[in-house]
Amino acid sequence: MKSIVCIKYVPDTSEAEVKVNPDGKTVDDSRFSFDINDADNYAVEESVLIKEDKGGEVDVLSIGPKQSEVMIRMAMAKGCDRAVRVEDDRIADHDPLMVAKVLAGAIKDKEFDLILTGCWADDYGHMSTGVALAEYLGVNHASMVKKVEVLDGKVRAHRELEGGLMEVVELELPAVLTIQTGINEPRYAPIRGIRQAQKKELNVVSLDDLGIDPAEVGSEASQVVLENLYIPEVESAAEFIEGEPDEKADKLASILVKGGLV
Amino acid sequence: MNFSLSESQLLIQKTVRDFAQNELAPIAADLDKEARFPHEIIKQMAELDLFALPYSEEYGGTGDGCLPYVVAVEEISRACASTGITYAAHCSIGTDPIYLFGTEKQKQKWVGPCARGEMLAAFGLTEPNAGSDAGGTKTTAVLKNSEWLINGSKCFITNATHAGVIVISAVTEPGQGTKGISSFIVPRDTAGFSVSEPYDKLGLKASDTAELYFDDMRLPEDNLLGKRGEGFKQLLKVLDGGRISIGALALGIAQASFDAALAYARERRQFGQPISKFQAIQFKLADMATSIEMARMAVYRAAWLKDQGRATTRESSMAKLYASETAVKAALEAIQIFGGYGYMKEYPVERYLRDAKLMEIGEGTSEIQRLVIARQLGC
Ligand SMILES: Cc1cc2nc3c(=O)[nH]c(=O)nc-3n(C[C@H](O)[C@H](O)[C@H](O)COP(=O)(O)OP(=O)(O)OC[C@H]3O[C@@H](n4cnc5c(N)ncnc54)[C@H](O)[C@@H]3O)c2cc1C
Ligand SMILES: Cc1cc2nc3c(=O)[nH]c(=O)nc-3n(C[C@H](O)[C@H](O)[C@H](O)COP(=O)(O)OP(=O)(O)OC[C@H]3O[C@@H](n4cnc5c(N)ncnc54)[C@H](O)[C@@H]3O)c2cc1C
Repeated sequence: MKSIVCIKYVPDTSEAEVKVNPDGKTVDDSRFSFDINDADNYAVEESVLIKEDKGGEVDVLSIGPKQSEVMIRMAMAKGCDRAVRVEDDRIADHDPLMVAKVLAGAIKDKEFDLILTGCWADDYGHMSTGVALAEYLGVNHASMVKKVEVLDGKVRAHRELEGGLMEVVELELPAVLTIQTGINEPRYAPIRGIRQAQKKELNVVSLDDLGIDPAEVGSEASQVVLENLYIPEVESAAEFIEGEPDEKADKLASILVKGGLV
Repeated sequence: MNFSLSESQLLIQKTVRDFAQNELAPIAADLDKEARFPHEIIKQMAELDLFALPYSEEYGGTGDGCLPYVVAVEEISRACASTGITYAAHCSIGTDPIYLFGTEKQKQKWVGPCARGEMLAAFGLTEPNAGSDAGGTKTTAVLKNSEWLINGSKCFITNATHAGVIVISAVTEPGQGTKGISSFIVPRDTAGFSVSEPYDKLGLKASDTAELYFDDMRLPEDNLLGKRGEGFKQLLKVLDGGRISIGALALGIAQASFDAALAYARERRQFGQPISKFQAIQFKLADMATSIEMARMAVYRAAWLKDQGRATTRESSMAKLYASETAVKAALEAIQIFGGYGYMKEYPVERYLRDAKLMEIGEGTSEIQRLVIARQLGC
């Protein structure tokens, strides 16, 4: 099995306050700590589990800044074999189609059976990069995958639908799977793995190195224009229910019924 | 000058932090309450090679050195100081003496299993009448027919019950003071060796602390560690390293205290606003953060010096002294910031205080650290 896992370096917005820069189009990320996108952490684990089970190799692919190399090394410390990092400020990175096109450009000359991506990125949350990548590469895909079984020349993917429903599909390889969180239990990298990762190959490439025409993945090519980022006003319309416990319960019940909530 | 951790050190920090926060922090309160030794956590730490960090590859280590190890002790202790002292005592005072002073054969026999976490190690120095005055050891070792006959006892020994190997000090040349002390390697199953029931302690309750007894305990002649009569010299060197790890442990507790206090101050509202908006609370947090940062610099620098093969006696003592006093202060302030809730067992900060207090006592009290520093200054 030859797998490729696409991982993204995303800010942890749970701790620091999110502030939009004066340009209205970017976020002040100076106080964020960055790490691997949550779903991608599961994708890395799944790719390593498949390698441990079926043999083969796993390549890591990421578009992102120099600082993200810590994340890439961590994926290699957990068992991935080598990595490519694409860095180029000409990519229209707000548009998942452009990002997918670059990923596809970085993959097209490689041999692969399986590509794993996260099902969504915690920052922009388009949920489309993996699917678009499959389209650009002309291969099958399944999204929101919660369980993977590798068969002979095929893969069986269990997809998570709404309401706890699972759908099972079989795909001919090569294929792209977008991985849902919770599919496995991501491991902690052992110290020996961290040491080995230092010796693994990590290539940094630009669009030119990949033979991708910047005009095809830049803002001119993108159909999406980022107009404005803003933080929605918080509206608080809380109604306090007063009275004895029985009265309160009655009032609450009637509100719920009126609102069609029960 | 370079103040940043290297890429591999950052990865080690992240791995240990994630592991400690996800697997250990959630059970730390229960471990404390039940005074339960965290066997399962120790096993996982071994699988992550955490016990191997300080040792060279030829003896089963990963060759990362003291600084990454210290970072790991800090992160483990931030989640659970009981586990932190188990880890620190195992490496810094349990395994290190053999690693530093053992013969090739002794190192091959003991350091590997300790580095792989197949067994725990302990260090038995303190005795009922020889605490700060470690030279006052009463335990005796007499060489007879190529065997050491050892009698005496040790108290307050971390990992005593669970250790597979224990390094102890004993008098081999009576009347020669500190020059008459030697160290020995005691395998767990040695006849004549026994361990008391564990102590009931103020804090670090999930760590294993007990007494050691030697009743006509016989050891093969070559269980002598290093040279005869050099035991005291060795232990000073061991404590130079051990104190850095206590500094790291203290740092972890201080950081945990600060984390809890900051989060609480942002959430708790009184007089219509979060208490973090009151300057009195802000100043406490600012002071805590500042001391913690200073302590971290001191601890990391001492570890770095050790990795450079340089003497650290002064820096180790300074780091240990400052970090331990920072931890106690930070834990106290955290309780203050929590108000009445801080005094309750339901919140972690009272545990941080109980755990932090030992940092000012173990491996040399604060008074002894000041003595060591003063001596280093030429007083
Ligand atoms: C700090 C930072 C700096 C960046 N700098 C640049 C830059 O200089 N130039 C540039 O072109 N792009 C850059 N990017 C990437 C770009 O912002 C996103 O990749 C793009 O917006 C994709 O949309 P999405 O995140 O909503 O993905 P979704 O459609 O939600 O993507 C889901 C999955 O797609 C895969 N994926 C998404 N993005 C990437 C990626 N970057 N690398 C590998 N796999 C990915 C992951 O598996 C992810 O789980 C940067 C990203 C970060 C975090
Ligand atoms: C939880 C725990 C774990 C421990 N683990 C270990 C272990 O693994 N191995 C081990 O060998 N020991 C261990 N110890 C023992 C610890 O190192 C000693 O308790 C410590 O060194 C102090 O010795 P003492 O208790 O005898 O105090 P004492 O030496 O009796 O000190 C009492 C007081 O007198 C002060 N004092 C003593 N001498 C001077 C002086 N010259 N000048 C000024 N003040 C002085 C001290 O600072 C202290 O305040 C542990 C202790 C505890 C509580």
